[in-house]
Amino acid sequence: MSINDENITSGSLELNAESDNNLTETAEEKSLAKQTLKAEYKELAIQGLWKNNPGLVQLLGLCPLLAVTATVTNALGLGLATLLVLVCSNATVSAVRHWVPKEIRIPIFVLIIAAFVTCVQLLMNAYTYGIYQSLGIFLPLIVTNCAIIGRAEAYASKNPIKQATFDGLMMGIGFALVLVVLGAIREILGQGTLFDGANLLLGDWASVLRIEVYQLDSQFLLAILPPGAFIAMGFIIALKNAIDANMKQRQPKIEKQTIERVRVNFDS
Amino acid sequence: MAYWIASSPHNHNQAETSALMRLVIYALLPGIFAQWYFFGWGNIIHISLAVTTALLCEFITLSLRSKSNKANIRKQLFDGSAILTAILLGICLPAIAPWWISVIGAAFAILVVKQLYGGLGHNPFNPAMAAYVMLLISFPIQMTSWQPTLSLINIDLDFANTFSTVFSGFTLDGYSVEQLRTSIDGFTMATPLDTLKTNLGLGFTVFETMQNNIFSSSLPLSLGFSLGWEWVNIAFLAGGLVLIAKKAIAWQTPISFLLSLFVCSFVAYTISPDSSASTLFHWLTGGCMLGAFFILTDPVTGATSVKGRLIIGALAGLLVYLIRTFGGYPDGVAFAVLLCNMAAPLVDQYTRPRTYGHNIDSAEASILKEKPNKQGEVE
Repeated sequence: MSINDENITSGSLELNAESDNNLTETAEEKSLAKQTLKAEYKELAIQGLWKNNPGLVQLLGLCPLLAVTATVTNALGLGLATLLVLVCSNATVSAVRHWVPKEIRIPIFVLIIAAFVTCVQLLMNAYTYGIYQSLGIFLPLIVTNCAIIGRAEAYASKNPIKQATFDGLMMGIGFALVLVVLGAIREILGQGTLFDGANLLLGDWASVLRIEVYQLDSQFLLAILPPGAFIAMGFIIALKNAIDANMKQRQPKIEKQTIERVRVNFDS
Repeated sequence: MAYWIASSPHNHNQAETSALMRLVIYALLPGIFAQWYFFGWGNIIHISLAVTTALLCEFITLSLRSKSNKANIRKQLFDGSAILTAILLGICLPAIAPWWISVIGAAFAILVVKQLYGGLGHNPFNPAMAAYVMLLISFPIQMTSWQPTLSLINIDLDFANTFSTVFSGFTLDGYSVEQLRTSIDGFTMATPLDTLKTNLGLGFTVFETMQNNIFSSSLPLSLGFSLGWEWVNIAFLAGGLVLIAKKAIAWQTPISFLLSLFVCSFVAYTISPDSSASTLFHWLTGGCMLGAFFILTDPVTGATSVKGRLIIGALAGLLVYLIRTFGGYPDGVAFAVLLCNMAAPLVDQYTRPRTYGHNIDSAEASILKEKPNKQGEVE
């Protein structure tokens, strides 16, 4: 009986407190909403950069990923182009999401993406002609990059502009990072340099960025050719999985509290 | 009193992996000896380098995989599979290739092609051939710098000279690899297959090409197909026949491979004898016999059924002929082996042997159907 009494009294106390706080409720709600928004952005960043990385986990857009990453410069060029297209297309798709009929949404998404890809292509043609030439067909082929249309369909078409843009940014950075890492591995193994030809992308000052890691008498052609891209990509994915497994192991295990019941055996 | 009843195979032949591998290595010795006789110490240096690297890499991966069981590591390390892979790779490499070629190749064969797929018995590709192809694609200049046979070189290529060439790129007297390959009249001497390909491209006929020194039958010990290489191939053939006699390898793959190569070259020779080499030339140059008896017969990566082995052998023969005749690389054995490795699981799928007492179709349907029929017959 005494326990029950205590419960009731504490409950009534809480009720009183709530009625007292009625005035400050709106402010609290606002801060709560802010917190959930912050948590959402954080989740978006983690998803895009690591947990759901388009290159490493979704394995989307592998064709340009494997084809143009022979050097860091090329990889960075394609990564930036994809990033720009992804951010713009996500924002636009999210902005028009209420007026797009469900039945024809895919062609509309493709049109939007193609428009931005054309812009990026023309821009790169104008300002970074060297990279434009070395990327070749893979620049217009960004249109068909599944990572971009995947984000438009899966996230941007269902969420407000701000979140969709942020999602595009994070996914794009995640994709670009994988491209750059793969490009760096292949360039170091293949030619023994880093940032070779960076002046094509970043202007003339960038030719000082070129690092000669080691001198090679003969290039390690496998790393530069497509099979090397597949092998290096496999190693990067394996490394990511190993890190994930390692982190999972390190996390303290939350032991489930099991309710033990005493069994009384009358026979004994 | 209880009797212990065992099911049927009562007599076991206690064949271990290491015994089989040792037998294969012994069978390789005549070929290695022929290589030593005609091309000098280079291949033996490369074999020892590759074996050392392979054992080191194997030890690293095995100790990463089974941390607790030390005895297991020792047993797997010396079961001969890594050593055999390294020896096969060392045989394929050009005798005066730089030392890092064999080190990179052996490390790639063991670490990537064999152990990353799960170790012995799990690799889809033949490690030695995959490593050879990797090297050939990555370092085409070093991998095609075969020197002509010792009797054609003006420089005395003894052990010290070869050793110094492998490790520094120059002989003790300062001759470079290029100079070693150059004949008295200033032409670079390539392998017979290479020469034939280049000359046919230049518009010479096969007969005219065969007058070249490297094919010449005027020198002692030459059969007139390709000096040196023919004896190396015959030695590998002898080793392979021993393996077949000892039942270490199945006869189907090499026989069907050689027959297929014979048919292809024979047809081509009858159609246009000026632009296609004879069957014996195809049989006795390049890595033909080594591939037929030691590489295609790999029990892990080859086909397993009798019919499957015949198909894989014939396919490999066709591919070798096509790559040698129309491909960009002079010899096609390694590429053909890798392509056949890819095809092997599919071939096995379609050539599953019939289990005794069952139809070839899926077991469950046939058993159900057959039972009433047979009873009907008996009645």
